[in-house]
Amino acid sequence: MGMAAAESRFHVLAVDDNIIDRKLIERLLKTSSYQVTTVDSGSKALEFLGLHEDDRSNSVSPSISTNNHHQELEVNLIITDYCMPGMTGYDLLKKIKESSSLRDIPVVIMSSENVPARISRCLEEGAEEFFLKPVRKSDLNRLRPHVMKAVSKDQKQEKHEEEKQEEKEIKSQKHQEQQQQQHQQQLSPRPSGNSKRKAMEENLSPDRTRPRYSDIAAVV
Amino acid sequence: MLGWGVDFLRAEMNRLLALLFHQGVLDEQFLQLQQLQDESSPNFVSEVITIYFSESEKLLRNLRMLLMDRELSDYKKMEIHLNQMMGSSSSIGAKRVRNVCVAFRAASEQSNHAGCLRALELLEHEYCYLKNKLHELFQIEQQRALASGVRYPAQHD
Repeated sequence: MGMAAAESRFHVLAVDDNIIDRKLIERLLKTSSYQVTTVDSGSKALEFLGLHEDDRSNSVSPSISTNNHHQELEVNLIITDYCMPGMTGYDLLKKIKESSSLRDIPVVIMSSENVPARISRCLEEGAEEFFLKPVRKSDLNRLRPHVMKAVSKDQKQEKHEEEKQEEKEIKSQKHQEQQQQQHQQQLSPRPSGNSKRKAMEENLSPDRTRPRYSDIAAVV
Repeated sequence: MLGWGVDFLRAEMNRLLALLFHQGVLDEQFLQLQQLQDESSPNFVSEVITIYFSESEKLLRNLRMLLMDRELSDYKKMEIHLNQMMGSSSSIGAKRVRNVCVAFRAASEQSNHAGCLRALELLEHEYCYLKNKLHELFQIEQQRALASGVRYPAQHD
């Protein structure tokens, strides 16, 4: 169950002011097995991502359905149109890269116009890819490496932190057990202590981080 | 009992599509749209096209309104509407409509009122033609689905 859940469903946030294009990109992403949220503006995108001046983390517009605190609704990739009224895709990209919490999320820009200066500006600002519209299914194949890279980076960080924590716990646990053994040779170790240690030893296998990630995915 | 056979209808559909491609009314993007339709989203194409129709008609109405006053035509606003229509048309593969939008936009950028009016006439004409042909296409598709025994959801215009 853990393995299956981990395979499924990266979550993409798609931003476009044109309703047809939103429908199209949503369908494209879904057929490529992504989970999709669409919004029609850069400001709604930032709101969804939890970047709000007032820090109103629980006030989300009714068109976005979520029952979780924004931090738990993990977004693995953002794909945005360039030409939008108000905040352009470029403005949105900048805001994301300026945010410490969001800057690691890969961003892809789409545009109906092939303007080399625009493309290089976006790539320089940190966009991973630039798609010309209309976007095709084949374009989406270019997304996966960026998503995988960001996800595995997260997992490595998580795993590193968990192992450090577990090392600490094992050390203190060992110390406690030594003291116990001196007093209680005959009796079996306390069940809670033993199972905890066993669980920790099992947890040291790399597979454990995948179920962890899938828990987050399941919440999404 | 329907008189038309499935094969005949499929041939009809292909013929109409080939014609529209030949005329440049539709381009390859329309095929991309069809490929996105499957069992999990069986009405995808007609859903998108329906939205396209209502959006386009709104934009066309707005453009006509904006051109009514020769003196105070808001060209900036026109360009915004045109960009929307260009984008949508391109996304569904409506090549001729899109190309007229490009010409229209050029006239608007030059504040050429007469040119804009001509472009709007042409745009309305192209749009009408596209709409009629797409309706034809959907009708044939509906008949084909019925003929092959597939239950087809009721289509409201």
